[in-house]
Amino acid sequence: MSRVEFADVQGLVRFGYGHLTEASYALVRVKNVAAAKAWLHSTRVTDAAKSPTNTAINIAFTAPGLRALGISESVIAGFSQEFRAGMAQESRARQLGDVGNNAPSNWAWGSYGCEPHAVVMFFGKPEQFGFFVQSTKGTPWSDAFEEVTSLGTSNLDEHEPFGFKDGISQPQIDWEQRRQTPCTQLEYTNIVALGEFLLGYRNEYGKITDRPLLEPDSASAELLAANDAPTKKDLGRNGTYLVMRELEQDVRKFWQFLHQQAAGNIEEARQLGAKIVGRMQSGDPLVPTEERPTPGSDATSTQQNRFTYHNDPTGARCPFGAHIRRANPRNSDFPEQRIGLLRKLVIMLGFGPKGFYDDLTSSVRFHRILRRGREYGSELRPEQALAPAPPNEQPRGLNFICLNANISRQFEFLQNAWISNAKFAGLAGETDPLLGNRERIAGYCRPSANFTMQKENGLRYPLSGLPQFVTVRGGAYFFLPSLRALRYFAGTGNA
Amino acid sequence: MTPQSNFMVVVPVDPKHETELRQLLDSMNQGPGQVDPNNALIPFAKFDTLHFARFVILDDKTTEDVRVYRLTPRSYPLYLAFLGDVDGDANAFLDQLIKRARNGLGRIFSCCEGFTSDTDLLVWMKRHHAPAIAAYVNWRGRTVRQIREEVALYEALENYIGQNSATFQHLPPRELHERLRNFVNAEKSASRLILSPESPTPLGWQIRNLLHLFGMPLLVLITLPLLILLAPFYIIALRHLEKTDPEVCPRADQQHSEDLSRIEDHDVTNQFSALGSLKPGLVRLLTTSGVLKTVNYGARHITRPGRLGRIRSIHFARWVFVAGTERMIFCSNYDGSVESYMDDFINKTGFGLNASFSNGVGYPRTNWLVRDGCIDERKYKEYLRRHTLVTQVWYKAYPGLSAVDLERNTRIRQGLESSSMTDEQARDWVALL
Repeated sequence: MSRVEFADVQGLVRFGYGHLTEASYALVRVKNVAAAKAWLHSTRVTDAAKSPTNTAINIAFTAPGLRALGISESVIAGFSQEFRAGMAQESRARQLGDVGNNAPSNWAWGSYGCEPHAVVMFFGKPEQFGFFVQSTKGTPWSDAFEEVTSLGTSNLDEHEPFGFKDGISQPQIDWEQRRQTPCTQLEYTNIVALGEFLLGYRNEYGKITDRPLLEPDSASAELLAANDAPTKKDLGRNGTYLVMRELEQDVRKFWQFLHQQAAGNIEEARQLGAKIVGRMQSGDPLVPTEERPTPGSDATSTQQNRFTYHNDPTGARCPFGAHIRRANPRNSDFPEQRIGLLRKLVIMLGFGPKGFYDDLTSSVRFHRILRRGREYGSELRPEQALAPAPPNEQPRGLNFICLNANISRQFEFLQNAWISNAKFAGLAGETDPLLGNRERIAGYCRPSANFTMQKENGLRYPLSGLPQFVTVRGGAYFFLPSLRALRYFAGTGNA
Repeated sequence: MTPQSNFMVVVPVDPKHETELRQLLDSMNQGPGQVDPNNALIPFAKFDTLHFARFVILDDKTTEDVRVYRLTPRSYPLYLAFLGDVDGDANAFLDQLIKRARNGLGRIFSCCEGFTSDTDLLVWMKRHHAPAIAAYVNWRGRTVRQIREEVALYEALENYIGQNSATFQHLPPRELHERLRNFVNAEKSASRLILSPESPTPLGWQIRNLLHLFGMPLLVLITLPLLILLAPFYIIALRHLEKTDPEVCPRADQQHSEDLSRIEDHDVTNQFSALGSLKPGLVRLLTTSGVLKTVNYGARHITRPGRLGRIRSIHFARWVFVAGTERMIFCSNYDGSVESYMDDFINKTGFGLNASFSNGVGYPRTNWLVRDGCIDERKYKEYLRRHTLVTQVWYKAYPGLSAVDLERNTRIRQGLESSSMTDEQARDWVALL
């Protein structure tokens, strides 16, 4: 399979641009197609060849956005169903837990029928950022687009607004495509097939995810040929899907609730917070880390990412329902490691481990996402958060962004089967303690506002009546095209 | 033990009354995908031996697929299927059903061919009975009544623990087990909790079960010389078919997918009905029968309670031939979203999936019956979604509860029945609470 041409991939796939500490996301609708195409044509979108020094700009489109640019329905039909239908569709919202306060009808942007057409993401060093954004949004921009909203971000020094170090766990992309797929993975690995994050390459099943393949013509001439259909032009190749959600975090409510549960002891409140997140505020996991890097991680990987829950099967150290254990259960294809063919067969036929909590969670390697989001709002330390909010307090939260080649198997599965599943890993009825919407469990009279902390040798310790800490304020599914596909959209191929 | 059984009535819809039928079925729902358990036509909730039930119109949009074999598609009548999973004898249940819902059933079936006001309902339903070639029950012997009693037990324990959490937090597991055992016994004596003892297993069922347990292997043993003799020819034929059978896995229609999504995820459990044509020829028919009879045997005599292979999210499932042997329907009740259901199947029992479904027209290419196939995840998901039917009415007797929830409650109850436990057993038991 051919090598990745980094100059054709948008930089965001390869880099988080950590050194470009300023960022903002402009959500726009196309006002004038010709002007929009002219702007796209003239804008130098940052590629992944090398990490940019001072500024970066990346662009992604929703399905209505592609339509607005005049892309034909037959081309759009080649994109995935979830991308075409959008995040705010009613059935999908129900599956994602976007009901009640989180319902799309309450969103500030992105509700059904009011989707933005594109997101333009600006990154820069503080000294260049203002000018960079201003100059990029010159005349063609204002003719071309109507800004739905512009989401600001803030640099909280790698911590999310609740005060926990964030962004530690990221999959490592197999850019060189050395990973043999399909395979059986008996150990948790952090390396993930390129096709999970970039369209046009083999994924964890050894297959290439669906995307639009075009007949060669003058418009598509510049596009690369499809790896699995050499006579077709691959519009998806080197592109991927981008999921964006504006998640408002009520930092005061979070720490005030924990403080109250801890009977006024701030240290104990921090401990409770750590159980909820699955990490200390410093980012240290609740289970011991290992000396050797996780298989597939390079030696430079952070110590805080070197662990699995293999030695915590009861959840006594890190509760089953803790946020990071839900979001990445760090398991493998089988509930046991280092097993032979016979044992595999025994397990496959259902005669493996018979404990109640054994083997309840799907293998994680099919459900990884690459997180690229950034925080917004000002820092508020736990002690400060205990005070009542001043009038006109500015909101805080996370502009969540993740990249994945298959939204339904990656982001949606994670959000549905793990984050908002009241029955995750054998739990009786609780959703993610951080992100949960606290609505009643589907079909049941009980609310999901609980959090259980398991113990090694005794009764679990429950928290109940959790308020909603995080509210969804907006969201959409975007396609982050390759630079070639961008030029195709901009219509340069037509010339 | 009270064994579970199932029924399925498949009848052709009278084309003149199709709209009326759809309206009638729709009137049993409170909203999309949400039945009114006390609806006027069939008040499902009144039947305390009924686990699941559904009405589904077998609107097969894939009959044209057989054209890939240069066959002319048959114009099948539109069928209505009414199916359910019950405790005890299915005929006894149908008797009860007719007693309480004669009018509702009559109104529904009068939209079908051959039913008139003076038709004997029971005889008619039995005549249109479609037996399952393979059936799976998550926990054989666990009745609706037991499920409800165990839910009440779980909730009583939870309340009691909640009231005494300060004391109980520090008790060692064995002591805690003892305390909770005493509490439950006291509640039982005061009739605030009922945990009915198991009913005796019907003798007839026991005999039939034993005959099946030994009969099937015996049959295989007797025919073994013949099977060995035929095996090479069979393998050559199957391998040839596997290499040449065309795949039909186009994108599922977006509208169809949205119609399906609309009725899904209103409960932690979902229903699934999929219909398709079998590949033509004797080899495929024999393969289907052989695989499904094996699945049926395994599900009945070998699987551990609560598990189908590694999968713990299926309550009931069955495979049924629809009017002849050309088409087959698969119906199940599973926990979680359809995406996680399909992923679970692909990743945990892909081999079983391939063996049982690869005889369907257009299934992604398999090798040696169990390999590849659904590993082409994208094609498989489109294939399945395309064959999935929109179910009109679906009832579940214990909303909000997953199969794993039911297993937890049963394990808690079993633990209470044992008067002494090792430290380890007590620790595992306490971890369930």
